[in-house]
Amino acid sequence: MRIGIPRGLLYYLYKPLWEKFFAELGLEVVVSKKTTKNTLKKGIEVTVDDICLPVKIYHGHVISLKDNVDVVFIPRLVSIKNKEFICPKLMGLPDVIRANIKDLPPIIEPTVDLTSSWLGFYRAVFEVGSYFTNKNTVILKAFYKATKNFKNYTQALEKGARPDEILEGCCNLLSNKAKFKILLLGHPYNLYDPFINLNMIKKIENYGARVITPENFTETIFKTHLSKLNKPLFWTLGNKLLAAAYQLKERRDIDGVILLVSFGCGPDSLIGELIERWIRKNTDIPFVLLTIDEHSGDAGLNTRIEAFMDMIERRKAT
Amino acid sequence: MRLSFPHMGNLYIPIKTFFESLGIEVVVPPLSNKETLELGVKHSPEFACLPLKVNIGNMIQALEKGANTIVMAGGGGPCRFGYYSEVQREILSDLGYDFEMIVLDPPKGNLLKLVKNIKRLIGDNSFKKIWFSARLAWKKAVLLEELDYADGMARVSKKLNKKKANNLFNYFEKEIDLTVSFDKLQCIENQMKECYHDLTPSFEPIKIGLVGEIYTVLDNFVNMDIKKKLEDWGVYVDKSISLTEWANTNLLLRLLNIHGEKNTEIAARPYLNHFVGGHGLQSVGNTVLYANKKFDGVLHVLPFTCMPEIIAKSILPAVSKKYNIPVLSLVMDEHAADIGLNTRLEAFVDLLCKRKEGMKDEILFRS
Repeated sequence: MRIGIPRGLLYYLYKPLWEKFFAELGLEVVVSKKTTKNTLKKGIEVTVDDICLPVKIYHGHVISLKDNVDVVFIPRLVSIKNKEFICPKLMGLPDVIRANIKDLPPIIEPTVDLTSSWLGFYRAVFEVGSYFTNKNTVILKAFYKATKNFKNYTQALEKGARPDEILEGCCNLLSNKAKFKILLLGHPYNLYDPFINLNMIKKIENYGARVITPENFTETIFKTHLSKLNKPLFWTLGNKLLAAAYQLKERRDIDGVILLVSFGCGPDSLIGELIERWIRKNTDIPFVLLTIDEHSGDAGLNTRIEAFMDMIERRKAT
Repeated sequence: MRLSFPHMGNLYIPIKTFFESLGIEVVVPPLSNKETLELGVKHSPEFACLPLKVNIGNMIQALEKGANTIVMAGGGGPCRFGYYSEVQREILSDLGYDFEMIVLDPPKGNLLKLVKNIKRLIGDNSFKKIWFSARLAWKKAVLLEELDYADGMARVSKKLNKKKANNLFNYFEKEIDLTVSFDKLQCIENQMKECYHDLTPSFEPIKIGLVGEIYTVLDNFVNMDIKKKLEDWGVYVDKSISLTEWANTNLLLRLLNIHGEKNTEIAARPYLNHFVGGHGLQSVGNTVLYANKKFDGVLHVLPFTCMPEIIAKSILPAVSKKYNIPVLSLVMDEHAADIGLNTRLEAFVDLLCKRKEGMKDEILFRS
């Protein structure tokens, strides 16, 4: 049986977990091809105009998969941490896909909801597993191997490798050689899809910088920095961004911060504001906010990155 | 303490009554107007949703009027509203205002904080006094909803012309606002029954259900008085969200943990199988329910970039097709203009009229 995984949204975070799990269950895993103009075009055709770019592109990936696979995996990720949510758009994702795209193969749509109990995760694992096998031991074994694979991945991340490097298999840690360190903040599906962000990481690194992302920070950093919050924030991805920004006060090795948000992103409209105000008040690190959508052009982005990197270079020289 | 709070429709009337009868000085910000919006847009994040911007405008105007404490509702997500208070505090204190913000968060395992915050608000008042204040405020909320309904029916049935209806509505709204005794409210209710009698229209009006995000549905400044506009054309409009009902299910029942699965959730299930924050699920469910009740159409209103309602907006076309009921989504933001709205509403109502045979001539009356 062929199971399709769309290359979009939280795929970039959970690829090692999902792929290994399905492979261990004896399935043929088909991941949709990298995002292209065509993916975007297909996605825009079926979605409402005010939904965000990553969701539009996700639609494109599902369309490209639907005729080549027996089932598609579209998890309903409600919450991956206690008392926190991902984003309303991910909570309704399978329903939106079903409403927008016709002639879909069956959808595997486990609900991952840890809002009230950590057991929610295991429930989802068995829900998915039991679709393919009725032997619980097989599911457990597959799950064990998958988590082990996932752990290796997160450990590599904490050592400083970026998801895009690991997923591409070309981990060149040039951090020692790099002239500057740039903290690129944003959601994983924007940062690690070079089509969405117009190859931004490469563009920045061409200036001799090393780009680090929120995925490079450990859980403890999040915990210590988020305890400062007046009221706990209920978006997991937003928390990551906030904590990554908050630790800048203690870190002296970051030369610039770029916040990349998709147009119309709900959580980021507030978090971006908080981060910007905080960085300007508490640090003297240069900060720029870049908004991307399906109309973003290479030239506009180049100009801004060039200006930003020029400024950092000059600051460093003085 | 000079207390203030942002606007949502005419909610300021019950809230003001509640705090004033507890002996707290209340500063009601000017009713949301163009200046409010301009102030809000100027100081809010660009892509924040419209309610946050209007709220900021309200708060600035209240602080300028001399308020020093702002009470704000909180929330536990995933809708942005739950984090409004933090962003608003940040924005306002960066502007240099000196104030205190009291946030009433739903008790998610932290009942003590809520109790503490409520205690800060109500001070040393006796339980009896709080009960009477709450009863008075609640009665006002109920009366205002009755007034809204009666006024709507009077317009739809053409028993009153637009000017008279406006005058009568303003008169009663003011009376309800100013009254401080429970008995007097009862008198007003009787008076209302006298003035608004025999409201059944002599024809069968076009019926539209209004669904969407709660603030946009309830606040007439933000939705540009969409309900009255349609009613003046002789279209019956049913709001899917009412304040008292919302308070009942969300404050009382949820606190006691006895709210069961609601009709709307069951109706929405084939199309949207999970809560998505805000009123996204209810928008889908209510559209199904309106279709079942043989309404002629559904209007879906949402602020630009509202996450839960974008989910609903994505799904509603499928519901519309399945149940053969026209649905129009209207996105509101600071650039929305009266004329654009009118054009779309007219086209929508025209469509509904054509669908409903024999009604064509009688209903489309434009003033």
